[in-house]
Amino acid sequence: MAYVPLADQDDAHALHDPQSFVTKYIWSQDHKVIAIQYGGVAIFVGLIALGLSIIMRLQLGFPDTVSFIDPAFYYQAVTMHGMIMVIYLLTALFLGGFGNYLIPLMCGTRDMVFPFLNMLSFWFYLLSVLVLLASFFIPGGPTGAGWTLYAPQSISMGTPGYEGGILFMLISLAIFIVAFTMGGLNYVTTILQARTRGLTLMRLPLSIWGIFTATVLGLFAFPALLVSAIMLGFDLVLGTSFFMPAMMELGEQSSYDGGSPILFQHLFWFFGHPEVYIVALPAFGLVSDVISTHARKNIFGYRMMVWAIIAIGGLSFMVWAHHMYVSGMNPYFGFFFATTTLIIAVPTALKVYNWVLTLWQGNIRLNTPMLFAIGFIFTFVHGGLTGLFLGNVIIDIPLADTYFVVAHFHMVMGVSPVLVLFAALYHWYPKVTGRMFNETLGKVHFWCTFLGTYAIYLPMHYLGFLGMPRRYFEMGSTDFVPASAQALNANITLAAIFVAVAQILFFVNIFWSLRKGDKASGNPWGATTLEWQTPDTPPKHGSWGDELPSVYRWAYDYSVPGHKEDFIPQNEPGEEYEKTHHTSGGHA
Amino acid sequence: MSLYQDVTNKPWDQVGLPDGIESKPVFAVSNERLALTVFMIIASVVFSLLVVSYYIRMNIGDWVPMSIPTQVWLNTALLVLSSVFMQGAVFVSHKQLSVSLYSGAGLLFGIGGLFAIAFVAGQYQVWGLLADTGQGIRSNPANSFFYLLTSVHVAHLGGGLWVWSKSAIRLTHAATSDHFHQTFSLCAVYWHFLLIVWIGLFLLLANT
Repeated sequence: MAYVPLADQDDAHALHDPQSFVTKYIWSQDHKVIAIQYGGVAIFVGLIALGLSIIMRLQLGFPDTVSFIDPAFYYQAVTMHGMIMVIYLLTALFLGGFGNYLIPLMCGTRDMVFPFLNMLSFWFYLLSVLVLLASFFIPGGPTGAGWTLYAPQSISMGTPGYEGGILFMLISLAIFIVAFTMGGLNYVTTILQARTRGLTLMRLPLSIWGIFTATVLGLFAFPALLVSAIMLGFDLVLGTSFFMPAMMELGEQSSYDGGSPILFQHLFWFFGHPEVYIVALPAFGLVSDVISTHARKNIFGYRMMVWAIIAIGGLSFMVWAHHMYVSGMNPYFGFFFATTTLIIAVPTALKVYNWVLTLWQGNIRLNTPMLFAIGFIFTFVHGGLTGLFLGNVIIDIPLADTYFVVAHFHMVMGVSPVLVLFAALYHWYPKVTGRMFNETLGKVHFWCTFLGTYAIYLPMHYLGFLGMPRRYFEMGSTDFVPASAQALNANITLAAIFVAVAQILFFVNIFWSLRKGDKASGNPWGATTLEWQTPDTPPKHGSWGDELPSVYRWAYDYSVPGHKEDFIPQNEPGEEYEKTHHTSGGHA
Repeated sequence: MSLYQDVTNKPWDQVGLPDGIESKPVFAVSNERLALTVFMIIASVVFSLLVVSYYIRMNIGDWVPMSIPTQVWLNTALLVLSSVFMQGAVFVSHKQLSVSLYSGAGLLFGIGGLFAIAFVAGQYQVWGLLADTGQGIRSNPANSFFYLLTSVHVAHLGGGLWVWSKSAIRLTHAATSDHFHQTFSLCAVYWHFLLIVWIGLFLLLANT
């Protein structure tokens, strides 16, 4: 008999649970286990990146105090921190973690359509992480070229990691892209083809729209990174000159000739800018669902939110060169890319308005997930507004390569997505584990993180205005940066250490609650979406017991007038509701 | 409900099962076919970006157009044959109740894959030939791109050959034709895609 993927099996088909420890937890093809595997590895590697950021901050706040931080190690820490956070933590956790967990559950299917490919995706991801981390243990250590890996710097003698770290990085990225492609094909196909009966596209929760669009972006954007990695690898290993110009290397003429460093930047940022939205769009989706659920209100402007996600996704491929205003590219490009950058702010701002309007007159529950979600709105608006400054050529030129830029991108794609990650981790924790977390500890964690990150990044804007350049190992004495700036830098470092230490609260909470937390009901938040309607919590293999759910309504029926409860699950049939709904004239 | 109706309706106004009790995929194709289509779009992006890079690098000034060895024509013929045999397997499998590697559609499928392996071997030979005549990968950016484009193309064909080899091994035992019809069909589509990509790359390399 032909193999039928779990997602395509009909209701009556017997479910064969994996029995052994190995098939259940190691070589698992169950999307929920794969999601946890992805999440665990991503958070682990994210903690390493967090540690690296503290090493950087120690050097910046207290120069020459820590003996083992030399310039090479500092640049290696900068590089690995950036790359790990953007690719191996945020992309992997949003799409590999939440994508895997939520897509089949929210779509009412039993699993991804290609479970074996899904399992391979995780193991390739793990391999990419291991290759990346292995570079710490090879002669010369990991690359210190900066996370953008700009040629010719990245493969020139003298750059930390030239001996092997850069090659490990390129190989790791290539493996990651293979892993992402395998996962991405699964996400896209499952969402388009395997939704349960009644679940039309416009009934999908915004989490799925965000994950879906981000996956499509990833599938189209990662090829640019792959191409640039392959060509850079050719230049490094085989001595071609795709990106490498003629230049002197440690006092000698290099063998390279005629290559174009700007070409590398174009390829890199053709991936790099959509990457911002590969991280942001799932965050937009997840936070929309958290806000709507805990405000007990339907999301404001659902269709507008969907189209905004799609518009942002499309436009994200037309703004890449706003990262390159000072690169030496044709200056006329700047006008075009500044314009598209301003245009992409429109759908993004619409989303912010809609989140705020969802909160407006809602029955807001200020619990831990909601606090993180509201915190996200603050940091995202903050980071978004500074983006408008940097998107304009004339303002970007004096601010480029200063701490203003560091502050901007950390607020908009560091802190903001991480706050959503925490909102989502707390929000779905009861479903994943079957236990409630400790609210008090969660709230303390929020305030420490939220206020702490402001203590880190607000002063950085000011340092940027002063003209303090980023990427410098130490400032030395300058005319334009006063000595008092160093006091600010020391304070930023203390705040960074405080925020890093505060994350212990999160881990204590989730591990303690795993054993000691109150047992969670199947739907503790009173949420409408399908994942909260599973017969078991945590959901068992196959998720839905004997019968797949049917979907009768959209994902945001909260506080419907005339209904006895303040939410109606998507799988609740609606004769009674239909009458009250139409007599009350609708609610949206 | 059509895709247009779906994305234009007001979901908050509707309660019930708009498509009846059957779940409704967006595209009326198998999951595997959709995934392959998406993958081919991704591969097209890879090749498009390489071609754009090719044009940008070509205009820098040190570009010397290379002469393409005659053997590349022969290799191209092998890839065409490979594609033809794959398509033949699809046609013949319609008329068979069971297939095996040793006759009919299975045999055509097997030979199609062997021609693709011959193409890969031929490309490898061309790389050696070029290197022996002083047109190695570092000799000129045009040559560098020849090696780059051909190797990325071969890598994509390698992925197809991996699937082909798994299916060929399974075909050593006879099976129902229904079971393999989709495999043949998907392989043929991918083979045609890579043939078209190769012809495009060949034209580019030969004319610039």
